[in-house]
Amino acid sequence: MTLDLEMEEIIKVFFEESFECLDAMESGLLTLDTTADRETINTIFRAAHSIKGGAGTFGFMEIAEFTHSVETLLDEMRNGMRAVTPDAVQVLLQSVDVIREMTQSAQAKQPILTVGADALNGELARILAQKNVVAAAPITDTAALPAAAAPVPPKSAPQAPGNVAVTSISGWRIHFVPELTLFETCNDPMRIFAELAGLGRLDVTAHTDRIPPLPTLDATHCYLSWTLVLHGAIEQARVIEVFDWVETVSKISYEPIYLAPDAGVPSAVGAGAAAPVAARPAAAAEPAAAPAAPLVVAKAGSDAGSIRVATEKVDALINLVGELVITQSMLGRFAEKYDPEDLESLRRGLIQLARNTRELQESVMQIRMLPIGFSFNRFPRLVHDLSRKLGKKVELKLCGENTELDKTVLEKIGDPLVHLVRNALDHGMELPDKRLAAGKSETGTLELNAFHEGGSIIIEVKDDGAGLNKARILAKARERGLVEPDEQLSDEQIYNLIFVAGFSTADTVSDLSGRGVGMDVVRRNINDLGGHVQIFSNEGVGSTIRIRLPLTLAILEGQVLRVGKEIYVASLVSIIETVQPTREHLSSVAGRSELFKHRDSYLPIIRLHDLFDIEPDTRDIAKGLLVVVESDGRRVSILVDELLAQQQVVIKSLETNFKHVPGLAGATIHGDGTVALILDIPGLIHNFLERQSGRIELAA
Amino acid sequence: MTMDMKPTGLPHAAAGTEQYLSFLLGGEEYGVDIKKVQEIKGWDTVTRVPYSPAYVLGVINLRGSIVPVIDLRLRFSLEKVPHDATTVIIVVHVPGDRGERTVGMVVDAVADVYDVANANILPPPESLGAVEKVFVRGLANQDGKMLILIDVDGLVVSSVDGASQAAA
Repeated sequence: MTLDLEMEEIIKVFFEESFECLDAMESGLLTLDTTADRETINTIFRAAHSIKGGAGTFGFMEIAEFTHSVETLLDEMRNGMRAVTPDAVQVLLQSVDVIREMTQSAQAKQPILTVGADALNGELARILAQKNVVAAAPITDTAALPAAAAPVPPKSAPQAPGNVAVTSISGWRIHFVPELTLFETCNDPMRIFAELAGLGRLDVTAHTDRIPPLPTLDATHCYLSWTLVLHGAIEQARVIEVFDWVETVSKISYEPIYLAPDAGVPSAVGAGAAAPVAARPAAAAEPAAAPAAPLVVAKAGSDAGSIRVATEKVDALINLVGELVITQSMLGRFAEKYDPEDLESLRRGLIQLARNTRELQESVMQIRMLPIGFSFNRFPRLVHDLSRKLGKKVELKLCGENTELDKTVLEKIGDPLVHLVRNALDHGMELPDKRLAAGKSETGTLELNAFHEGGSIIIEVKDDGAGLNKARILAKARERGLVEPDEQLSDEQIYNLIFVAGFSTADTVSDLSGRGVGMDVVRRNINDLGGHVQIFSNEGVGSTIRIRLPLTLAILEGQVLRVGKEIYVASLVSIIETVQPTREHLSSVAGRSELFKHRDSYLPIIRLHDLFDIEPDTRDIAKGLLVVVESDGRRVSILVDELLAQQQVVIKSLETNFKHVPGLAGATIHGDGTVALILDIPGLIHNFLERQSGRIELAA
Repeated sequence: MTMDMKPTGLPHAAAGTEQYLSFLLGGEEYGVDIKKVQEIKGWDTVTRVPYSPAYVLGVINLRGSIVPVIDLRLRFSLEKVPHDATTVIIVVHVPGDRGERTVGMVVDAVADVYDVANANILPPPESLGAVEKVFVRGLANQDGKMLILIDVDGLVVSSVDGASQAAA
């Protein structure tokens, strides 16, 4: 049924848009914390309104109703009738969470739980009941306030408790749920709506959720219900009067809509109101035509692997494919009739094909690249909530949100970043009074920064908190037997202790951190992605955690190396240069650490054949080649037998079917179908230097 | 049509019976649950992976996937023989911590496919020869021969994950 499919598509769009609206609400609310700007409140209100409208249309009444209460509060804020208090913002933020949860359950075709909504409804009602109104009026550009309070009968306002008689009524929202037998009583909803439309502008929304499947449908029954919004300052009695005849055979609730001063709703009666009325209830006459159920079966989570791509990226791709087709048809000619004279144009065609392929590959890779802002977006909320909870004042700065990285990397980096940010807030950042005592400003700064460096992306989590307490970490490590009592450690080695599983210096275990799980997971996740973590810290000044990640997990510019009979690939970006060493540039320290004098510094030599247990062509360094590589500012030279081609290689995971192997970043497949292993240069350097543990003064 | 007509042409003859692919290893016949077997392929160039135990020969390219290859002779501490024309790699898939995992097992030759009734499977004996107990699911008597049924999951996990990480 195409109708079902179309419906499914539309509902999908509704969910997508709702989540976007929720994100917009959330980020808007977070900025309200500092400045209550009218335009922001408007944006939040509009977002809430869209969700409500959509949810109502698709029959997610739980969402629509709850969002409506939220909207009521927002509406008052928008109209300047209510001050924007931190308390209210907090409740609104929680409401966003609840709506998101409800929407997610709706999307997953699960029953929508209203527990959270019910709890928050109370909170919302409490805030609405507060007679604060504009007293504080911090909203910029506050509009004129309604002076007159309309007479509202006390029995009205069933869904807006406590907030009666403060503002004048601008209209009514009527939920009209007739019994199935409505038509038997000779009532026609069309007539009722027409009469209502005579009172003021009327918006009608029909709900089709009660319509049974076609075989069980009784054409004489009224399965529809409606939500009617009547605009205008109309007395409740007049509205109730219209429903007089159907009162006994339906459930009707009346809910006042309070005046929005800038809404410009004409209280004039019945201006051009007939059109929407005529259109909507027409469905009532032929209910069978309506979709059988608003919820058509869709596979839950079918969008899990989807990606949003900028149109220009797709356009570029289409252009490239066009060129490829031209090249293909050009080459295709040779298959039909080959003349040795054509050799030159065949070669040209192949060169073009190679270029097309490469460009195509690059463009396809581009599609997987997403700005890191997708991952950063969650942090304003996280920092807001956490700092509130911890009683700390923190300002979050985000830089380089447009830095692009591979979608897979982006998805996997989220959790480690959350860990790091939590840690920074919980352990790093001091309480306001402590900060003042230390001569710092009361509000701490947490900075998330992303940028490209070489073929990597760097993400920094930087705080101006207390910094790592080296003495305490060391004491704790000694206590736990991780470090020998008389062992001397470099700063970096001390910092790296916090990555040891189960290590924590926190005196109290909070529900945020301090249990010692986390940092080891952070490091493992980042290593799994082929990245590295580094810690810089200055006691009393703050810490920076720097994550280096490969831009993409799929393609590598590689240098093919040979050691003995084995072939390895090294990432070209980490290679500084390759030299044929002369004996006078080689020296050794204490007969064991071999050094190579490269320009003005001495670099440790890693013998790849020793490391990987390979039978090399030669063990004499002077007869081999030294590949100078760099990672995280540290350089070493790697001894190999021969350099082969430079080529782009597709990275395949060793871990999918096998496991992580130290010193290897993955594998790739050669043109002849054999497998070559890819060196993990940063890992090699790290492991090598760790084993040499500070015996060599490093060339930085 | 009578009700007692038995379905023919189905791979499974009766309930309680499993099919096993049997292979030869040093004169002994082993059986592996055929549902675990993805394919049988000829000998291929294997790329050695550092820090792996001897029985992990390395990795091969299986249509774009990097698949480790375990030499079952070496795994079972049998004598090493040169690979010849009948040497094959049985590609099996087993559950891993990252979803399904594909692993190749080098054996002397594949032999047959048997239907083995679960009732005919005997538990592994207390004392086992070259084969470690963890890999043996049970023994089955098939046409007068003994078939050693292998627990592929246990075998792969102990060979790949348990493989010593010499240098780190």
